[in-house]
Amino acid sequence: MKSEIALEELAHRLRVHSVRMTHSARASHVGSSLSTVELLAVLYRKILRIDPDHPQWAQRDRFVLSKGHGCAAYYAVLAEAGFFPVDWLETFYQDGSKLPGHATHTYVPGVEVSTGSLGHGLSMATGMALAGNRDHANYRVFCMLSDGECDEGSTWEPILFAPQHKLDNLVVVVDYNKIQALGTTKEVMDLDPFADKWRAFGWTVEEIDGHNIPEIEKCLGSVPFETGHPSCVIAHTVKGKGVSFMENSLLWHYRIPQGEEYVAALDELGEKP
Amino acid sequence: MRTAFIETLLELAIEDSRIVLMVGDLGFGVVTDFMKKLPNQFLNAGVAEQNMVGLAAGMALSGKIVFTYSIANFTVLRPLEQIRNDVCYHNANVRIAPIGCGMAYGSLGPSHHATEDIAIMRALPNLLVLAPGDPVETRLAVRALIAHEGPAYLRLGRAGEPIVHDSEPKFEFGKAITVRPGADVTLISTGGMLYDTLQVAKELSGKGIQARVISMHTVKPIDEEVLLAAARETCAIFTIEEHSVIGGLGGAVAEVLMEADQRPKCFKRIGLSGGFSSVVGSQEYLKKTYGLDALGILATVSRCLGIQGSAKGL
Repeated sequence: MKSEIALEELAHRLRVHSVRMTHSARASHVGSSLSTVELLAVLYRKILRIDPDHPQWAQRDRFVLSKGHGCAAYYAVLAEAGFFPVDWLETFYQDGSKLPGHATHTYVPGVEVSTGSLGHGLSMATGMALAGNRDHANYRVFCMLSDGECDEGSTWEPILFAPQHKLDNLVVVVDYNKIQALGTTKEVMDLDPFADKWRAFGWTVEEIDGHNIPEIEKCLGSVPFETGHPSCVIAHTVKGKGVSFMENSLLWHYRIPQGEEYVAALDELGEKP
Repeated sequence: MRTAFIETLLELAIEDSRIVLMVGDLGFGVVTDFMKKLPNQFLNAGVAEQNMVGLAAGMALSGKIVFTYSIANFTVLRPLEQIRNDVCYHNANVRIAPIGCGMAYGSLGPSHHATEDIAIMRALPNLLVLAPGDPVETRLAVRALIAHEGPAYLRLGRAGEPIVHDSEPKFEFGKAITVRPGADVTLISTGGMLYDTLQVAKELSGKGIQARVISMHTVKPIDEEVLLAAARETCAIFTIEEHSVIGGLGGAVAEVLMEADQRPKCFKRIGLSGGFSSVVGSQEYLKKTYGLDALGILATVSRCLGIQGSAKGL
């Protein structure tokens, strides 16, 4: 990070950026960003071995945002980490911008791979981990999944693959906010017992409160949980976390913060439009 | 082609540790040597082709040159979005190398016939689309792919296609090989149809028609120069492919000629009509049924040229 602000403050900034960005972009998915900010703040400040001045440094830890639609918070953490100027965030979705509505590597330093179609990121992350493993490289690969994309069969293919190849340099973080595009995960495609499924496939699993910064830091700081096994962190989160009327609301998977709602959201975050 | 592919790849991989061969739990007896000699450069991804292509992209973005190998549709159509987004969009050094293209797995049925792949692959950005004409061209293509930056599609037939080239021709992506000169008509072939096409040219020669034969081993980017010269210098152009006539070699050639305002007097796409095979049989049998053996091609060419289509040597 450019300046050593507190982790709580960084998470707060990511939250404010997410609301401002989706507002000015007239974009969906604010809720999908707000559930990830503490996880991203801890990853980028405390966990990932990266160098924003050298985004392609060969030994960097890789981070793959498989849930590419939740990219507002992701772009925000990259900007706050110094990969590109913070004022780029104002151009999110805009004509001629470098920042489209799904995580895109083309013009954005720090974005490892482009995602947006669900169920792709973990395979790519696993390929990176496999290459690192075979080259005896020290880097680790972190991949953030949404719960909704665990409906994809293609997500379960690498879940089956990684333990077979003992990829303990691979860490999955599931943003388990329990709301997907048309309903709760329980209603649409129940994932529970979720941790048991991962364990049955050969992963070591920890479940945490995905908004509790010390808990996240302790958990991600201890990977791999077991040598010879990939690690899965199921982060229990709240969709829309931090803005009361967005929390646990399916509507805010799509709804754009506008007008009084925008002002009210910023007000709750202690900010002015 | 299969043997040429795997042998060449092994030779190259012994010298270059970046090369990885990835298979989707297929290749019994074919990939065994590679697997034993270079276990660290081999991966059986299991029966999970979407993951295989994603893995390949991830490894390629970490410095590897990855060849994915399986029966055609399994590694082309099943993971199509992974090919588009993970491989092509990232311009990753992945080479999609399907075996059994066209109707090579004839009797196994339409699930195993890859007859739309060129059209689909041709539409994907950044992707080099190759269909070598014989084992010699296959060797040359595999070698050239190591130095190529970006993704590629390598359309392979089966094992045991006849060798067409007595010696190694000059090989460059995007530059077609003129296998036989001729000033009357042009026969353009892609992939394993090259041998049959040459047979047809020999027959035509017996009828006093000199056919130019072109091996279009690179369908994208296509060699426009050789096409425009053929349109100027010969009166008819025939495209010959073991593939649907929709969007394949014939479509690619037609696009170039129409836009250049160089329509030859006669132009005909010879290929499959775009349906599923309704008969059961070997590749040879199916080619004969659908007019894609040398006799069938000769008949179509003769009909278009208004000459007698009987053959002496076929």
